Amino acid sequence: MLTLDHFLILSFILFSVGVAGVLLRRNIIIVLMSLELIFNSVNITLAAFAYYLQSITGTVFVVFNIAIAAAEVAIGLAILVAVYRTRKTVNVEELKDMRY
Amino acid sequence: MDIWALLIVPLAAALIITFITRKRAELSSYVSVGAVVLCFLIVLPYLVRMLGNPHMEYIEQSFLWIDIPGLMVEMGTIIDPLSIIMLFIVTFVGSLIHIYSRGYMHGEKGYARFFASLSLFIFSMLGIVLANNFIMIFVFWELVGLASYLLIGFYFEKPAAADAAKKAFLVNRIGDFGFILGIFVLYYATGTFNFVKMAHIIQAGEVASGTLGLAALLIFCGAVGKSAQFPLHVWLPDAMEGPTPVSALIHAATMVAAGVYMLARTGFLYAAAPHEAMMVIAYIGGLTAFMAALLALGQNDIKRIIAYSTLSSLGYMVMSVGVGGTGAGMFYLMTHAFFKALLFLGAGSVIHACHTNNIWEMGNLYPKMKITGVTFILGSLAMMGIFPFSGFWSKDEILTATFFSGNYFLFAIGVLTAMITAIFMTKVITVTFFGEKRYHGHPHESPAGMTVPLMLLAVFAVFVGLAGLPGLDPNFGTFISAVAGSSAAHAGEHGASGAHHFSYFVAITSTIAVFIGIAIGWTIYSRKLIDNNAIAAKFSGFHTALQNRLYIDHFYDRVIVAGIYNNIARVFNFIEVFIIIHFILNGTAYVTRQIGKGLRLTISGQLQHYAFGMVGGVLVLMIIYVLL
Amino acid sequence: MEGFPILSVIMLSPLAAVILLLFVDDARVALVRGIAIASTSISLALSLYLLFIYDKVKGGFQFIEKIEWVQSLGISYHLGVDGISVAMVLLTSIVIFTGVFVSWVGIKHRIREHYMFLLLLVAGVYGVFMSLDLLFFFLFYELAVIPMYPLIGIWGSANREYATMKLTLYLSLGAMIALLGLLSLYFTAGAKTGVYTFDMLQIASLSYETGYQIKVFLPLLLGFGILVPLAPFHSWSPTGHAAAPSAVSMLHAGVLMKLGAYGILRTMWMLPDGAQYWMPWVAGLSLINIFYGGMVAMSRRDMKFMIGYSSSSHMGYVLLGIATVNYIGVNGAVLLMFAHGVMTALAFSLIGFVYDQAHTRMIYDFSGLAKKVPFVAVAFAIMGFASSGLPGLANFVAELMVFIGAFKEYPVHAIIAVFGIIITATYMLRCMRDVFFREPMEKWDDLRDASTFVERLPFVLLIAVLLIVGFYPAVLVDVINSGVVPLVNKLNAAQVG
Repeated sequence: MLTLDHFLILSFILFSVGVAGVLLRRNIIIVLMSLELIFNSVNITLAAFAYYLQSITGTVFVVFNIAIAAAEVAIGLAILVAVYRTRKTVNVEELKDMRY
Repeated sequence: MDIWALLIVPLAAALIITFITRKRAELSSYVSVGAVVLCFLIVLPYLVRMLGNPHMEYIEQSFLWIDIPGLMVEMGTIIDPLSIIMLFIVTFVGSLIHIYSRGYMHGEKGYARFFASLSLFIFSMLGIVLANNFIMIFVFWELVGLASYLLIGFYFEKPAAADAAKKAFLVNRIGDFGFILGIFVLYYATGTFNFVKMAHIIQAGEVASGTLGLAALLIFCGAVGKSAQFPLHVWLPDAMEGPTPVSALIHAATMVAAGVYMLARTGFLYAAAPHEAMMVIAYIGGLTAFMAALLALGQNDIKRIIAYSTLSSLGYMVMSVGVGGTGAGMFYLMTHAFFKALLFLGAGSVIHACHTNNIWEMGNLYPKMKITGVTFILGSLAMMGIFPFSGFWSKDEILTATFFSGNYFLFAIGVLTAMITAIFMTKVITVTFFGEKRYHGHPHESPAGMTVPLMLLAVFAVFVGLAGLPGLDPNFGTFISAVAGSSAAHAGEHGASGAHHFSYFVAITSTIAVFIGIAIGWTIYSRKLIDNNAIAAKFSGFHTALQNRLYIDHFYDRVIVAGIYNNIARVFNFIEVFIIIHFILNGTAYVTRQIGKGLRLTISGQLQHYAFGMVGGVLVLMIIYVLL
Repeated sequence: MEGFPILSVIMLSPLAAVILLLFVDDARVALVRGIAIASTSISLALSLYLLFIYDKVKGGFQFIEKIEWVQSLGISYHLGVDGISVAMVLLTSIVIFTGVFVSWVGIKHRIREHYMFLLLLVAGVYGVFMSLDLLFFFLFYELAVIPMYPLIGIWGSANREYATMKLTLYLSLGAMIALLGLLSLYFTAGAKTGVYTFDMLQIASLSYETGYQIKVFLPLLLGFGILVPLAPFHSWSPTGHAAAPSAVSMLHAGVLMKLGAYGILRTMWMLPDGAQYWMPWVAGLSLINIFYGGMVAMSRRDMKFMIGYSSSSHMGYVLLGIATVNYIGVNGAVLLMFAHGVMTALAFSLIGFVYDQAHTRMIYDFSGLAKKVPFVAVAFAIMGFASSGLPGLANFVAELMVFIGAFKEYPVHAIIAVFGIIITATYMLRCMRDVFFREPMEKWDDLRDASTFVERLPFVLLIAVLLIVGFYPAVLVDVINSGVVPLVNKLNAAQVG
């Protein structure tokens, strides 16, 4: 039987993988993808709670989240392309001008 | 109303000279002389009235100067035999010296400034004499110090003069420190500053004996400073850097006597103070008198010699007060004013003629300067205390009072001092006016403007002592007791020396001592039977010590002053600069900057470092949330 | 508000000048100076008038003006003066009036901005002395501190960056600490009555429990004390004095330092029990000011530092007077605030005058100046004697009252304080001797004396004030007394903590 716990655990795993990816990967594209993974894990959590608690609020938030995620990706990729055109790199460790 | 004129006129003169007639030297001198003569004319009727009625009632007028809850300070004047005598001395001798100065200072730069300062001095001195309460006397006490500063430092371009002025003011300040504390003690013990009211309270026995003793000694500190008693005597010899008329007026006749006057004015305090306090005063006076006479022996500068003789005389006066002979002290003050001023002015005349202060560069001046010579000799005879000159009567009074109060040691000191005084005065006379000619140039007698005051002073120096002669004129003769009693008269009680007796023993003893002294001086300096240089060589250690003023000045200069400036003040400066500013303040700033530098390293510019921080923070919050 | 808003006009006069100056071109120097003189003259005239029309018999706060500012928070524009404030307002107007003339001679570049900041500062000072609303008190207090930063930083002399940083930061720190106390009072008073207000009269009329008073008094004492300068928080002062231009030093030592003492007095009024508890500490610290400040002054060779530490020393007398909490001592303290302000303004203006020509302030660089600059020499001598407490000048009367008051409450402290007059005389006379007397040096042959009206006016005016108050102290003491009596009464009605 699938219980709420299963969804939450799945969500947690996805979240952890996403966070790990954001913190540890060097390629900006991978970082962005990991960010998407985080978003989706949150979506799963919200949808699961919406179903198991019979509340429509969760579903509404999922829709919001997807829209925001899409907007964020668009901007993120645009910045990425601009950075690549000037810096010729997608390595996050090389973008460190705003430092002491 | 005319009493206030005594204060307003000289002050106005000083202001007029400073602001209006500054550039016109002659006019300025007339203003100043006019002011002091006018003051003398105002005093004269009171003097006459007093001579006619020695037990006259005192007159007091005052107005409130400060008026707040708990503190009422008045400015007022008091006229009684004591103040009248002092007023007479200040205005009369002051007038003579003002006139003398016109001639002496003729042609000097700063002529107008000199007379403005003199007028300021007269104003301040009269303020001391007239004051009817402690605060007022303190105010004018300090002002007189200012006038003295300005006059000693008259030749301010001379480093020695600038130093002497500063020294005088500062040493007086030290005395004033004790003085003002004594005033506070008395105020809180009696609730008033006014002399008459305070006398009533003290005589009613409402103040504890210990408090009186403490106050008496503290107030005496003021006299120690102003009248140059040991150990605050060091400023007086240096004060000779000022022009000679200044030395005559301020450092002989009047200002230095202010300390004695103040002791007389506050006689009610000393009459009630414990015996020990009085003994301290008497011994300081005696010590000063003796020490100063010794120091005078080692000097060659005529002004310095007379300065030390003044110190010695002041010691006599203080000692007299200490043994209870306040009337005698005041009497001596009066006679001293005349003969000491005479001696200084005579010295000025001689200095003017020979352009030197050193007595060994003079000699055989008598033929050229008869008037100066005669008056000087008369003054010296008065000073030494030879019958029948004034100094004899007054010194005799003091010695009598000392002897009959049971202080035989002090009596012996007094007699010994008289002898030493005679030695050095004889030295001065013989070396300066007789003997071989050692001067350069062509000295001649001084102009009339200078010799007339000399002659007038000589008359008084000779005859004024007869006021004390028993039986001469009952009214005049009893004025001494009136003066003595007046300081305590406001409660109707006579001063300790109200009784006025004459002792042949004392008179003869002191006369013998003086003649021995003259004989010694004559032998060494005139007849040259004993070579003074040989004596100096034989007692060379002592001689050098005398020449170096017993090293007291050295002690003050090198140990105390240098010690404070170079060591103590530097310690405080060190604390300030290194500890407070450098260590604490700048240190705090430094630490803050270093922390900033450290924290700056967290801004790595690496996106993922920031993200890491965020995640870490969230984790911490979660843990805290779970735990709490 | 009845009648002519005299207090607002006194304070707004410099502010109006600041705004006017914004529109004036820097090159039109005469107009700039003219505006400055006009505004300070108005303030001076009105302050003098205030002194004479203040009702001494009635006492209390008079000439009150009140405009509600932020009603919901209880903030209002509330001005009023009592005897103490009247004296302080007069002091400020005298010092700024003479300061404007001193700047005339001394400041040569960016004159317009200099006057703007100077007048802004003065408006703040007026505001502090007149304000009866705690928030405006604080606001004006800060307004009096912040312009010091550019004034010293731009127009100062050597080491000015360090000095101005130190001064501004230290004083702002003090203000902040005081703000803590003020806010605490606001909230506590509000909780007591249900109405939250910053009105000082209202807050002072309540009584607070002793423990609270003791706690709250401390930040206020420290915060205002830093400005006094209470030892050991004094080191911003001499450095600031030395680096600042003459007019700023005059204001700083003459007026700004009195703000702190004034703040302490008002705090004592609001928190009498707390005051009684802390005053013995203040008395002890004041001795450090007097003695330590005097000793350090003795060791300094830079005249401005010497006078700076001397000011610190004299403010020690003021603190001692305040600590006595009796009529005599507090009267003396307030009078000394006035007298010292005038005297120190004179000192800095004189030193500045010499420095502008000689470009050195070191005592050992000078000798025999009395021959070259006799007017300055005489003025300096008067200042030196005033500082030493010579009778005939205002400082003597004030110091005498402080000593008499202190002798009653703290005899040992009084003895040490009286000893201070010897110390002061020592370094003052030594400075006078070394700089003005003795043989003249050749290198100062070209020194110009203070000869024009503009150059002489500040010195003459300040000396005249010292002499007038010195000879006839009643002209000020009566007014000050009417302010001190209710204050001391309130303090003595309290029980000692």
